[in-house]
Amino acid sequence: MDHLDRLEAQSIYILREAYRSFPNLAMLWSIGKDSTVLLWLTRKAFFSHVPYPLVHIDTAFKIPEMIRYRDEIAIQWDLNLVVGQNKEALAKGETFVNGLDRLSCCKKLKSDALKYTLDGTWARRKWNPYKKVWEDELNGAPYTGVIVGVRADEEGSRSKERVFSARDEKSEWDASTQPPELWNQYKTDFAPGTHVRIHPLLEWTELNIWEYIERENIPIINLYFNQGNGKRYRSLGCYPCTAPVDSEAKNPQEIITELTSGKFKDIAERSGRAQDKDGGGTLEALRKEGYM
Amino acid sequence: MQRLNIVITGHVDHGKSTLIGRLLADTDSLPQGKLESVKKMCENNARPFEYAFLLDALADEQKQGITIDSARVFFQSKKREYIIIDAPGHIEFLKNMISGASRAEAALLLIDAKEGVAENSKRHGMLLSLLGIKQVAIVVNKMDLVNFSEVAFNKLRIEYSEYLATLGVKADVFIPISAREGVNLIEHSTQTAWYKGPTVLEVLDSFTSVEEKANEDFRMPLQDVYKFTRDNDDRRIYAGTVTSGELHVNDEVIFYPSLKRSRVASIESFNTPVKSSVKESEAVGFTLQTQIYVRNGEVVARADQSAPKVSNRFEANLFWLGAKPLELDKPYKIKIGSAQSTIYLEEIKRVIDGDTLDRADEPSVGRHEAACVVFRVHDLLAMELFAENQKLGRFVIVDEFDIAGGGIITEVLEQYTNRRTKSLHVNDVLVDKASSNAEFEEELFALLRKHFPHQFH
Repeated sequence: MDHLDRLEAQSIYILREAYRSFPNLAMLWSIGKDSTVLLWLTRKAFFSHVPYPLVHIDTAFKIPEMIRYRDEIAIQWDLNLVVGQNKEALAKGETFVNGLDRLSCCKKLKSDALKYTLDGTWARRKWNPYKKVWEDELNGAPYTGVIVGVRADEEGSRSKERVFSARDEKSEWDASTQPPELWNQYKTDFAPGTHVRIHPLLEWTELNIWEYIERENIPIINLYFNQGNGKRYRSLGCYPCTAPVDSEAKNPQEIITELTSGKFKDIAERSGRAQDKDGGGTLEALRKEGYM
Repeated sequence: MQRLNIVITGHVDHGKSTLIGRLLADTDSLPQGKLESVKKMCENNARPFEYAFLLDALADEQKQGITIDSARVFFQSKKREYIIIDAPGHIEFLKNMISGASRAEAALLLIDAKEGVAENSKRHGMLLSLLGIKQVAIVVNKMDLVNFSEVAFNKLRIEYSEYLATLGVKADVFIPISAREGVNLIEHSTQTAWYKGPTVLEVLDSFTSVEEKANEDFRMPLQDVYKFTRDNDDRRIYAGTVTSGELHVNDEVIFYPSLKRSRVASIESFNTPVKSSVKESEAVGFTLQTQIYVRNGEVVARADQSAPKVSNRFEANLFWLGAKPLELDKPYKIKIGSAQSTIYLEEIKRVIDGDTLDRADEPSVGRHEAACVVFRVHDLLAMELFAENQKLGRFVIVDEFDIAGGGIITEVLEQYTNRRTKSLHVNDVLVDKASSNAEFEEELFALLRKHFPHQFH
């Protein structure tokens, strides 16, 4: 087994452990490379099936290609897609483009939308793969297990995460009181009203993700590749706050070269994400309140 | 490149950060210019440079988003890449130390030459042995403070070896070092001319990675059985991660403890060439030639190989991290392999703590204590002795909703009969219901098989 085989096997074990432990399980799909790898690993774990819904939080400011790609893949792979959105904040114009600060915008359009979509307070828009139509789900049951594609190497607070990480009634995370995780045994028991975030990619690095995409030939969104203008996205988010980087890389192989010996060798992946830089420890503050 | 997970543990202030900083610097594993910039910063602040500052500087960078992880630091030797798992020395962080150390394949345990064996030196030694980390080197740091004295080193070596022997741990390697001065880290030093053993890096390179052992018998805890009906998929797939050995198409398998048997019809996978066998560490799935009803958590073995042990009583070494003490005759949950059951503490043989080592006649096991205990499980479980099979010989105990302790099985004891368990505990009413559920499921499955034969071939 090489290092990718090991990472793959461990992630599959974690996904299967989540699937058997949480009756109301969902996976967050941001359309980005990490959660798309997670979706691929799901198909590996369950022999081409995707046996839980995929939740996408649509801030209404996503790069339009992301939504197109999402719907295409959902149809191709028969996915149960669930879309959540903070309609109220959007209607009132409480957004960064209307003058709100970045952090508050992230909280409203992402954290709040995520929290109330997961707990079923807000309506969920669901793609019905059998009838091939969108339907609204009101008063949906809360998801008690939520699979998320975060990696420990991304950013400081994420390296403190456990693989199975408890969130309290308010969706909040307390890094200092986490129970231990031993060997391959994770926290699969949870109190009523709480939920557990599951992180199958914690041990993967950005490089591992690209090596795996290349090996498995995973159809990743083309925003990650230079389309001829010398620019590509290294990390995907909302267009007002995410900038492409200068790069000639046109495919996973060229990205791997760039990461191992090229220009991005010592430069952080999220360097194009503006919200990480506002204030200090912004992402940790967001994560405490339930941000991915 | 090959990778090895190592953990570096030791009492607070015994020099862990300095050792890690120095290893990073001396193996050229730091980002460009880092060493110079930290040295310069010290100069500007009129502080003497210390290698431990490198780790702080890396942590700062990490906050700014540069992809270096202080909790999982990487460095390289000529032979391979190392991941150092952070193991905080402070007692409050014991559960983090254990979470980290349980992923490690080898460990360095640091002791201060001047201060000697401290409380956590003992506790960490004990925990490493309980976690089953067999490759441990004891690093005696700050030898410069005892003038690189062979006598002082030997005294400490004998004292700590004797302690480890009481835990059944044999420590082969003791290395006298000075992390600050770089003595015996990468190269031998004239200051310890009397020392003929390996340097720290040589010892690390001599550790073996946990590789697949081809000649072990096949074991797979059954994680789940899948039957996805979508797209007319009629496969019934038995899934799990192989903990040892190999399995091939057409092998006869036996499930423990139910003793049901069948033959492997196919190995299933997605986006790979067709497979005819699977081996250790792979997350796999297979179909069987006949349809049998087995429960999640049973252990799959090959009919032509040895059987796992089956019982509902065992003796174990255990460490407890729960906020509430572990008490006799109270129901807890055990998780072992992929199995779960209700478990009761039947007897506390002795409690081991960092200082006094052995205390008998304790009514409970408190937080941060270790103990030798006897457990009684409600269901029959397939298990192994830890010494013979690590992955099926270790378990965790869940108190309410959280993992509160872990342990290793040292002896499998004679079974209790269910009838006797029943008379002992009111709580077993609940568990009894679970076992009648099992009978119900079995009958239901037989009916389904009879009336819907197409679902089961």
